[in-house]
Amino acid sequence: MLKVLKSGFFTTVQDLGRRRYRSMGVPVSGAMDHYSVSKLNMILENEVNAAVLEITMTGPTVLFEAPTHIALGGAEMSATLNNEPIDNHKIYKIQEGDILSYGRLEKGFRAYLAVKDGFSTEVVLGSRSLFFPITKNRCIADGAVVPYEVNRAFEPKISAYKVDSLLGATILEVYRGPEFDLLNDRQLEQLFGTDFSVAKENNRMAYQISELLAEHQFSMLTSATLSGTVQLTPKGKLIILMKDGQTTGGYPRVLQLSKRAIAILSQKKSKDQIAFKLL
Amino acid sequence: MNTYPISIRPFGLHAVLIEWPNEVEETILEDIIRYMGQLKTHLDNEIWELVPAYNSLTLIKQDKPIDFSSFSKQLKRWYEEKPEVLANERFLWRLPVCYDLDFGIDLEDVSNRMQLSIAQIIELHTRPEYIVYGIGFLPGFMYLGGLDASLEVPRRQTPRLKVERGAVGIAARQTGIYPQESPGGWNIIGNCPVPIFDISKTPPCFVKVGDRIQFYAISRAAYQLRTIEGEVGIYQVEKIKLDA
Repeated sequence: MLKVLKSGFFTTVQDLGRRRYRSMGVPVSGAMDHYSVSKLNMILENEVNAAVLEITMTGPTVLFEAPTHIALGGAEMSATLNNEPIDNHKIYKIQEGDILSYGRLEKGFRAYLAVKDGFSTEVVLGSRSLFFPITKNRCIADGAVVPYEVNRAFEPKISAYKVDSLLGATILEVYRGPEFDLLNDRQLEQLFGTDFSVAKENNRMAYQISELLAEHQFSMLTSATLSGTVQLTPKGKLIILMKDGQTTGGYPRVLQLSKRAIAILSQKKSKDQIAFKLL
Repeated sequence: MNTYPISIRPFGLHAVLIEWPNEVEETILEDIIRYMGQLKTHLDNEIWELVPAYNSLTLIKQDKPIDFSSFSKQLKRWYEEKPEVLANERFLWRLPVCYDLDFGIDLEDVSNRMQLSIAQIIELHTRPEYIVYGIGFLPGFMYLGGLDASLEVPRRQTPRLKVERGAVGIAARQTGIYPQESPGGWNIIGNCPVPIFDISKTPPCFVKVGDRIQFYAISRAAYQLRTIEGEVGIYQVEKIKLDA
């Protein structure tokens, strides 16, 4: 068991998410920066769908109650293990009673804590990802316990890896969305000729963009949306749906982020700069 | 059997959007559901998710990207194939609604604005068999078509930050039920005590796109009983099988 002494700003359990329930309106959920998570699960020789903790902005303090191995990744958040600084992208052996805590957010926005064999919390509709009210909890509370299996036998094949970090990336590669063609020259010029900043309205459901495009009056019938779908509201607001985003929407879907671009955006916070590049 | 000029377009690398003419039309929805049934016999449901809504069907593929040019040709061929008659089981669900003023917090307002008595509103709202054109926005939120034109009242000027779970609303040409507590801008005229989305059930949402919904008015006492049944999970929903 992992005992959560302090939970941090917004800490959740995430795996690859909830598939097959979109037609009932259930968001996919899953780790926002799947790129970082897949690397962590790879070095720990976990299944690709192993559940990790997603740690947003400020990190938790946790006590390990059983031996295992862990690895950290995603945002840089100056973590310590029993008060000794530890690095991202390295495997650490954990003894019963070890305490992991996080300090300042240095770079990025979402850090990940992966454990050997993944966290073994309850599976709801095929996933351990927290999403209220599909799961009882929205996020992990102070004092919560997060189960994992004891593992004394694991001998990692590699102890660390170099990453091609996405934390500094600002270019979001996009495809044309279904309603791309309704963009006029002015809007196209704005979209691909200027930088944008992330609005304070940003979370696991959607990232809004501060700058407005020219207004439009196009209305459409509600249709499916995906993670990474960029919607344009009649007032010119860009809303980028993320992993907990709704499964259908009625705003024009002007762009679609690549999977890599979703991971890049997941590490952005309010006021960070981004730009779109059409593939 | 209608066939429509459908358009097939990529939606990123992992999804394909198929669109029918841009209309809210029962025959279009029928065709989408017919095609969906056909696709389910061809596509591995471990890999593909199908999301129908109004005039579109989105096919989403897990993991590997889609080879659009060959896949779209295949989709076109499947669409043009003489479809075998597929048994798409569909139902009319009869859902209870309590239209008490305590639940129908906008009933008096709607009554004033539309120049209808509350009894007339209830009568107009419970008469149609609504068609489920889509499910989205929230888990189990149904987009229902078929609202009586005399109940077409605009959304509220200011959305409420909190609408109760089960709240039944009307706005513009739509009616629906909030399956969970949520912010919302629709005019609330009643509350349905039956959980539309319940993770303890398989499947968690009993309604599918293409099904029909009819509401019937219940008393406050009946509402309370149904609420308790909902909480302990022993509720039954009245359903009538529709002919394919």
